[in-house]
Amino acid sequence: MKQKHLLSLENFPANDLETIIETSFSFKEILERPIKKVPSLQGKTIVNLFFENSTRTRISFELAQKRLSADTVNFSASSSSLKKGESFKDTVQNIEAMKIDAVVMRHPSPGSSLLLTKYIDSVVINAGDGTHEHPTQAILDMTSLKEQFGKINGLKIGIIGDIAHSRVARSNIYGLNKMGAEVMVCGPSTLVPYEIESLGVKITHNLDEILDWADAINVLRIQLERMDRGLFPSVREYRNLFGITDERLQKHNKEIIIMHPGPMNRGVEIDSSVADGKSAIILDQVLNGVASRMAILYLFLGGNQNES
Amino acid sequence: MNLKKLPKKLLLKDGTMFDPSLDKLSKKDILIENNKIASIDSGIEDNKAKIIDCNGLVITHGFCDVHVHFREPGQEDKETLASGSLAALAGGFTRVCTMPNTSPPIDSPEAINFIIEKSLKCPIFIHPIGAVTKNQKGDELTEIQGMIKEGAIAISDDGFPISDAQVMRLALEYASMFDIPVINHAEDECLKNNGVMNEGNCSIRLGLKGSPSISESIMIQRDLELANLINTKIHVPHVSTSKGVLYIKRMKKLNPKISAEVTPHHLYFDDESLTSYNTNLKVAPPIRTEKDRKSLIKGIKDGTIDCIATDHAPHTIEEKESSFDMAPFGMIGLESCFGVINKILDLPINQKIKLITKNPRDIMGFDNNLFEIGSNVELTILNPKIEWIFNYNNIYSKSKNSPFIGEKLRGKVLYTLSKGYLADLSTKI
Repeated sequence: MKQKHLLSLENFPANDLETIIETSFSFKEILERPIKKVPSLQGKTIVNLFFENSTRTRISFELAQKRLSADTVNFSASSSSLKKGESFKDTVQNIEAMKIDAVVMRHPSPGSSLLLTKYIDSVVINAGDGTHEHPTQAILDMTSLKEQFGKINGLKIGIIGDIAHSRVARSNIYGLNKMGAEVMVCGPSTLVPYEIESLGVKITHNLDEILDWADAINVLRIQLERMDRGLFPSVREYRNLFGITDERLQKHNKEIIIMHPGPMNRGVEIDSSVADGKSAIILDQVLNGVASRMAILYLFLGGNQNES
Repeated sequence: MNLKKLPKKLLLKDGTMFDPSLDKLSKKDILIENNKIASIDSGIEDNKAKIIDCNGLVITHGFCDVHVHFREPGQEDKETLASGSLAALAGGFTRVCTMPNTSPPIDSPEAINFIIEKSLKCPIFIHPIGAVTKNQKGDELTEIQGMIKEGAIAISDDGFPISDAQVMRLALEYASMFDIPVINHAEDECLKNNGVMNEGNCSIRLGLKGSPSISESIMIQRDLELANLINTKIHVPHVSTSKGVLYIKRMKKLNPKISAEVTPHHLYFDDESLTSYNTNLKVAPPIRTEKDRKSLIKGIKDGTIDCIATDHAPHTIEEKESSFDMAPFGMIGLESCFGVINKILDLPINQKIKLITKNPRDIMGFDNNLFEIGSNVELTILNPKIEWIFNYNNIYSKSKNSPFIGEKLRGKVLYTLSKGYLADLSTKI
């Protein structure tokens, strides 16, 4: 990897991205074995610093680390010294003083993973920094697309929902553009800033337009907790305009792959019948998440290629 | 900085004297005796006088900053009137106007008196700006006459925009009786929507909450309409947007009592600089786009913007070490001001100097005859050409929150003569 850390896909080299995706498939093969453990990161210590609640990302990283035989320590804000008033800087520098190799961090502040690299020398993997980026999610999404379509180049990918507050959307846009896919975003105009166009995406506020266009859609969770103002009037109206339902999909009479980064609000942005239907690859994304994170940890922590 | 009392006799030899009030550059020697200008002439000799060789240097009025935060009372860990004075001297400033958003705020005659009394011991002239409203809450007017009587030079709720247009109208009306400028921090809080940087392509990429440029321009236009209605003095602080400049330009044609300032940092940086998430670049109003930056420079050139003010806003390292969204707004600016504006503005040196001497002094009604024989010495001696790297050693503020650290600047203040003191900065370049 040309970069020491995985902080953002905005300036991440395309060929390294490709390497990670390819390596993800090798690790996925390991996950299918009866004994799912390899010694690639034996002796490496990784700390999972979660300053924000997370279930699947944390478990996904932890499993990836265990599968690679790394030693792991988990930290969550609720059980931490932060409650006693210790600063972010002190917390991370104390943890690093105990001799570790890498930090996987989720934090509510945009740019916090970059800030972390100024305070510590270990490898930093960004597991979501506020409304900025979530690069490992985008990598697992792209791995899933590659698995599904055999390629990423030339695909038409729709991202639907709260684009303004979505780190998943940003990382996906950067990653997909680098890999040669086209991206269109869709959502209420209050949640799709017009400047997002400059990132190289098309914008629509018409769900039928994006369904008509896309090979696959990534349906984002409507993050009610992020909205300090009424950015849309009601769940009912959101569902009417942007909800992914069977009826809506049937209108288009075509195969569209359905993705969701989770956790889902069933019955809000996506109906159960769609989420559990044959076009959904949502649980494949979850498994690919472990494989991609194994690939990422392996490649960034300098594991030996021959061991896998 | 070597700060000591002015010698009894001091001869400024072979310098270029620039009198901003006459807009005249001339090769002159200046003899200072007992803190007064004793004579200005060519070829002055005085073997009893201490001599400063000013060959290649410009001698001009002491700089004046109409917008600083010295944090006293209440946040003396960030700055005090004493430490702020040193920062001012280091930047060539002999006179500053302090904003009232201290803790408690300067919103009464007694509080103004506190600043005035404390400032008497300081080596620069400090003019407190009183709050417009009690406790800076934006509701009830303060005792403006009482504050002026104690020495307030203007009124402002800086840091807290006056959102209620009726309160702003009343403030302008009431202040018009005393002919002092009303200064309103123009940022519509509703449109700002807790934004921490300029809204645009850059805020989208960084995932940071954006504050749109219209949050400023809408309020500027409102304030100027009100001032025009009442035909009274208004001073627009830290203009940051293209639209703001445009509205000021238009309204100045209707009301000549409008004045406006811009900060060195809004002239120097654009929002692309924030991709480093450097919290020292988190300011209010935010650093805007390259287009806005160019409009500000144009606004200076065509006279829409009258002066430069630093909005010197000290914050502790601990506070600025946090993540961008959590860090407080503001940067220090006194020490770096001249080197920054002299570098960034492609104007003749005399015009640049006027932006921090005559023009701000006119806005606040300060005396401009500083080269008159017998007048008290309030001078700055600078080298306009020298290039230097701004670093921690150049900072005299208690706080170090400057994004200019490590930047190459052009032009440096070497001596500041103020209130009977001589600040010698020539050793540290």
